[in-house]
Amino acid sequence: MDISTKTATAPPPPPATTEKKRATSGATRPGDRIFLGLSRGSGIVLLVIMAAIAAFLTYRAALALSDNTGNFLTTFEWDATAVPPKFGIAVLAFGTVVSSIIALVIAVPVAVGIALFISHYAPRKLASPIAYVIDLLAAVPSIVYGLWGAIVVAPNLTGLYSWLDTTLGWTGVFEYQGGAPRSLMTVGILLAIMILPIITNVSREVFLQAPKMHEEAALALGATRWEVIRMSVLPFGRSGIISASMLGLGRALGETIAVATVLSPNFLIGASLLDPGGGTFAQNIASKFNEASEYGRDALIASGLVLFLITLLVNGAARMIIARRKEYSGANA
Amino acid sequence: MSTTTPTAPAARAATPDTLRAARLPRWANPLLALGSVAAAVGIGLGAGLHSRVQWGLIAALLFVVGAYVLASVVEGKRQAKDRFATSMVWVTFLLAVIPLASLIWETVERGSKVFSPYFLSHSMGVVADKDPGGGINHAIVGTLQQVALASLIAVPIGLLTAIYLVEYGRGKLAKAVTFFVDVMTGIPSIVAGLFVLSFWILILGFDFSGWAGAMALSILMMPVVVRSTEEMLKLVPNELREASLALGVPKWRTILKVVLPTAIGGITTGVMLAVARIAGETAPVLLLVWVNPFINNNPFEGAQGSLPLYIYQQYAAGSEASYDRAWAAALTLIGFIMILNLAARGIARWKAPKSGR
Amino acid sequence: MAKRIDVSGLSAYYGSHKAIDDISMTVEPRSVTAFIGPSGCGKSTFLRTLNRMHEVTPGGRVEGKVLLDGDDLYASGIDPVNVRRTVGMVFQRPNPFPTMSIFDNVAAGLRLNGSYKKAELNEIVEKSLKGANLWNEVKDRLNKPGSGLSGGQQQRLCIARAIAVEPQVLLMDEPCSALDPISTLAIEDLIGELKERFTIVIVTHNMQQAARVSDRTAFFNLSAVGQPGKLVEIDETERIFSNPSVQATEDYISGRFG
Repeated sequence: MDISTKTATAPPPPPATTEKKRATSGATRPGDRIFLGLSRGSGIVLLVIMAAIAAFLTYRAALALSDNTGNFLTTFEWDATAVPPKFGIAVLAFGTVVSSIIALVIAVPVAVGIALFISHYAPRKLASPIAYVIDLLAAVPSIVYGLWGAIVVAPNLTGLYSWLDTTLGWTGVFEYQGGAPRSLMTVGILLAIMILPIITNVSREVFLQAPKMHEEAALALGATRWEVIRMSVLPFGRSGIISASMLGLGRALGETIAVATVLSPNFLIGASLLDPGGGTFAQNIASKFNEASEYGRDALIASGLVLFLITLLVNGAARMIIARRKEYSGANA
Repeated sequence: MSTTTPTAPAARAATPDTLRAARLPRWANPLLALGSVAAAVGIGLGAGLHSRVQWGLIAALLFVVGAYVLASVVEGKRQAKDRFATSMVWVTFLLAVIPLASLIWETVERGSKVFSPYFLSHSMGVVADKDPGGGINHAIVGTLQQVALASLIAVPIGLLTAIYLVEYGRGKLAKAVTFFVDVMTGIPSIVAGLFVLSFWILILGFDFSGWAGAMALSILMMPVVVRSTEEMLKLVPNELREASLALGVPKWRTILKVVLPTAIGGITTGVMLAVARIAGETAPVLLLVWVNPFINNNPFEGAQGSLPLYIYQQYAAGSEASYDRAWAAALTLIGFIMILNLAARGIARWKAPKSGR
Repeated sequence: MAKRIDVSGLSAYYGSHKAIDDISMTVEPRSVTAFIGPSGCGKSTFLRTLNRMHEVTPGGRVEGKVLLDGDDLYASGIDPVNVRRTVGMVFQRPNPFPTMSIFDNVAAGLRLNGSYKKAELNEIVEKSLKGANLWNEVKDRLNKPGSGLSGGQQQRLCIARAIAVEPQVLLMDEPCSALDPISTLAIEDLIGELKERFTIVIVTHNMQQAARVSDRTAFFNLSAVGQPGKLVEIDETERIFSNPSVQATEDYISGRFG
């Protein structure tokens, strides 16, 4: 880009404008100035929107929090419409974190497997159709996942859950009383399917960038295919897998409608992951919104602000890791 | 390594005295796969397990374990590990295909029950949720208008931002924009909805409308448009820009007349994929557009219908007839998105910049 | 320890494109054989068929026989993993594993093939590094990453890694083309020492190098671009460079083409 800006000033500019010439932009003609202004303005609009989101959410959240009689972080209830209002996010935080962790635990190994399948195992002719299938998985709207999860998947899980109950029920975590399993576990499984594409695609990119010469070095030492991957591909791709997982985590934390469709919420923290109950930030907003008063909406906005901050942190961290990786691999390329 | 005999430390490093290694025959794997499926079906029927999910899991487990045991007996530990990794990788791939296949199959099968021209051309205005009949015309109108409005906001801003980042961007501002575009990609859709709710409806006091929903959707769409456009602009060779600039064409005209036309195929693809993404968003619509069973052709006033929200409502209504309508609407939505996706890819292939080869 | 290689009627393909055609030759044990020829003549491809690395490239496929002391590498029942362990390889660009220390790099091949006691491992790593003339330069920083070494040191580290598993044959694919003259000299000296223990095959673009290090030289050529490469002749290095039996060889060596 340096070259193009230098050449932009190359045609001899009229003397009148030279004094205004700016080294950074090279915009000297009115047309150039307007165009640069428009495009830079758009970039600024994006920043303003981000700032506005934070500002407006914080403002409305503050309105709600000032009247809250419960502790916002530790209260186990959501009575925002009661007088006086009492609400807290403890249950939501628990449900959001638990369902997202279940999703990650399931999705990351599977996604890494598929990414390896596409980059190193699949016959070359199969690789791009498979990548396309993964993209299709990403294109399905979350409401359709929700519908499918609630009507098709959940009933199919009862058998598995009963089995888990008989074998692992003594732990408490896998206790299951029967009935429609619209529980955090089911939500986690559904979220795992939904975040699979993004984790797969980011990891695949990284695996494909793994230097061929290190793979050949391992091969020439008499390594099997798996040993090649363990010696040269996985160490190279580790940070990529981490940031991919965090991007997936960000998605899982904020997923709304699929969770709202599948989960049968109650405002309790139960030990069992298999029995219905629990709630997440986003699901709670969607479910409670219809009957909420204006004050109730502010309370929901307060919980949304927490969700916003969490996803901001997770996504920001993921992007930092990717950016640092780029510098690292660029220096070594 | 069954061939190395560890006699003395020095000899340990010696190469195997033969290049041969016992290998499983080619037909071993398919046979094992068939056997595990058969065994899983047997176990499933015998133990009376109803769920196909369990059958599949049992089959996968049998296959992976079987491949490992067989290989470690015949081929040795290292080869067994390799086989284990290979079969695990295959299993993960199947694990991803099964949900997609099931989802599409169920949607098509259940959705085609009430899917008809009547369904597409009628609204829910005079039909109660528990009764059969009715359609999604109002929802289609709403979704199309909301998506169109969102695109009208997001596409120009997204395009210009991408142009700024690629053609002009240097320094702190560009870095900040790049970073926040990435972060914006990760904003949960419900948060975008809450934001518009807080300033448009709660603070400015406007009513629920398609326009409010469109604003939230545009926030979700912008980063996607920026990213894909950026990628495409970066693919335009610098020589083209320099050639045009060297002819004395001003930079802004170079961008408009040379750079953008070269990348237009890819940019269109990106925009269509972004449209496909927001067309299925429910959460912001739920907060901002409200529900309206009647056809409302004015997105700036009053509640509207919306396709994704319609699915949610019909599911929540919980009757046989409403489930049928939910599936049919899901079929319509998926169809719409898949067509957009395919068309986008078609354009990408058709308009791909012919690089110098 | 070192083995003889007999190649007969060997052709290699990339998909439907034939890269080398019908090559037969013998590589003597405990000697250095150099492959020379113009770019694209298939000498690197041929080298990679000698340890079954060619089939790793997508579409890569081989016809013909490669006998290692009488065992055909391409016979059914042969495990390519065992082949590659028996026939080691050093690449054009030094490629130590970037995430491993110097010690771990040398030990990488050994660790694949079973467990060693720490003392045993130390002994073999030291021996290999000494064998690669690198020990004195790195003995104080064995736990530092291998990527911190200079290009020439990295390449000798790769040689140490290859000889640590005690292969029968060592293949070298233009091992000095990415190195400066001094590092090149160090590697050439090393090759002279290594041929006491291994059968060495080296591909080189540099004819002086071939003349300096090799006992026998094979000249490869192709009749036209897009045509498969062929072996023109193989003979004692001295004869190839003084009085070759084929005119094309003389033209190439005297710089009249290529």
